[in-house]
Amino acid sequence: MQNKYSAWSLLKGALSGQRHWTQAWRDATPKPSYDVIIVGGGGHGLATAYYLAKNHAVTRVAVIERGWIGGGNTGRNTTIVRSNYLYPESARLYDFSLKLYEGLSQELNFNIMLSQRGLVLLAHSRHDLHAMARWANAMRMNGIEAELLSRSEVGELAPALDLSPQARLPVLGGFTQRRGGTARHDAVAWGYARAASSLGVDIIQNCEVVEFIKDSGRVVGVNTNRGAIRADQVAIAAAGHSSVIAKLAGFRLPVTSYALQAMVSEPVKPILDTVVLSPGTGAYVSQSDKGEIVMGAMLDLYPSYAQRGSFAVKQAIIGATLELFPSFSRLNLMRQWAGIVDVVHDSSPIIGPTPIPNLFINCGWGTGGFKAIPAGGWTFAHVLATGQSHPLAEPFQLRRFVTGRLIDEAAASGIAH
Amino acid sequence: MMQIPCIHCGPRDENEFICGGTSHIARPALQESDQAWGEYLFFRDNPKGLHFERWRHSFGCGQWFNVARNTLTHEIHAVYAITAPPP
Repeated sequence: MQNKYSAWSLLKGALSGQRHWTQAWRDATPKPSYDVIIVGGGGHGLATAYYLAKNHAVTRVAVIERGWIGGGNTGRNTTIVRSNYLYPESARLYDFSLKLYEGLSQELNFNIMLSQRGLVLLAHSRHDLHAMARWANAMRMNGIEAELLSRSEVGELAPALDLSPQARLPVLGGFTQRRGGTARHDAVAWGYARAASSLGVDIIQNCEVVEFIKDSGRVVGVNTNRGAIRADQVAIAAAGHSSVIAKLAGFRLPVTSYALQAMVSEPVKPILDTVVLSPGTGAYVSQSDKGEIVMGAMLDLYPSYAQRGSFAVKQAIIGATLELFPSFSRLNLMRQWAGIVDVVHDSSPIIGPTPIPNLFINCGWGTGGFKAIPAGGWTFAHVLATGQSHPLAEPFQLRRFVTGRLIDEAAASGIAH
Repeated sequence: MMQIPCIHCGPRDENEFICGGTSHIARPALQESDQAWGEYLFFRDNPKGLHFERWRHSFGCGQWFNVARNTLTHEIHAVYAITAPPP
């Protein structure tokens, strides 16, 4: 059985040379059948498994993952958490997620290193100022704290910014969500995996779906490279590869896959203790706990499943970052990578049933899936266990692409689409 | 960086171009159902592999044309006129 992680267990372990640690979670092999199979062992899939077991006592659950858990977008994002969305439906969903993040280290008994260092959005023009006043006010109308900032208040939060009036991207002001910040992305995957595993969930890696098993049109299991696995329900949480899995099952999604890249510099001493976003350029910058400057910005704007970014976009991201923070110009770039994001026309997720009976999907988080992991898992587990949409997820159904009731968060998603 | 062979100007760097998404999507008739219009507007094959797509040489000749490109390797298999059928 698992160790309970605590200062006491650390102290006790010190007496025995810290040799008492066991594996955090079981690397399971597939059983012949389950109540629910979750396809995709990223944050959303693992969180779904955990909340199925925890909230609904559904423990005959398998998470099957083609590679290793947290190896896709969960391990490739820039670790930012926030809930600064525009519309009431999104505000409710993303703020619920942030609230779950606020208690997640205790809930999972796993330190996800949540750091609510705040989030600063920069206005570079008079029009940006107007748009941000509207945005911050919309948040406050939705009950989420936000504060408009003058240029000098921005400067107090991020003094390394180029605040001079001659700057290529002059900072005229902005706004902040102080509850926003960062969390350790790998720890979110590992924490959910450990907690789900201890409740009986099987986490099966190197297990790729090759075919859906159907019985008179209903999904009754999956054929994988490790054999057939039957299940009452199959749940897809495959982010950028959602369309590939949907094609195997025989339906289409309103999704296009793009590469979103990010990069880190060499580690340096603390210089930036908040997250800075510049919606005008798409750039967002923070400093990791290791000291690396973490940078991201716009998508590579053509369909892609290659988990690497284009050099043209890399130049644009670095160019924008250096205009904001001229002092970063001497830093060496250490690593760059890309994740494949599932972009939907209204930049809002899809959490619910598919056209195929017994098959459900959680996708469409696009460039903002990491911040939504707890809420995505919670609401997806709810529809799997009860057959009813969770009230928070009700507006985020596939049918909105037929009814036209879109929730267009293109602006608040923070990344130029 | 991809080199995209514009059918008018020849190979150029990708940052001279803008991708206009999937090609060859037929517009439904006006009296078609909401379902058919939803499919037309939003639902896409989004293949991992060969994809037929529209590109515009925005910072060159300004013309639209079609590209058959692999979305995993980014290899370009063919370029052809905007009104031509897929190869």
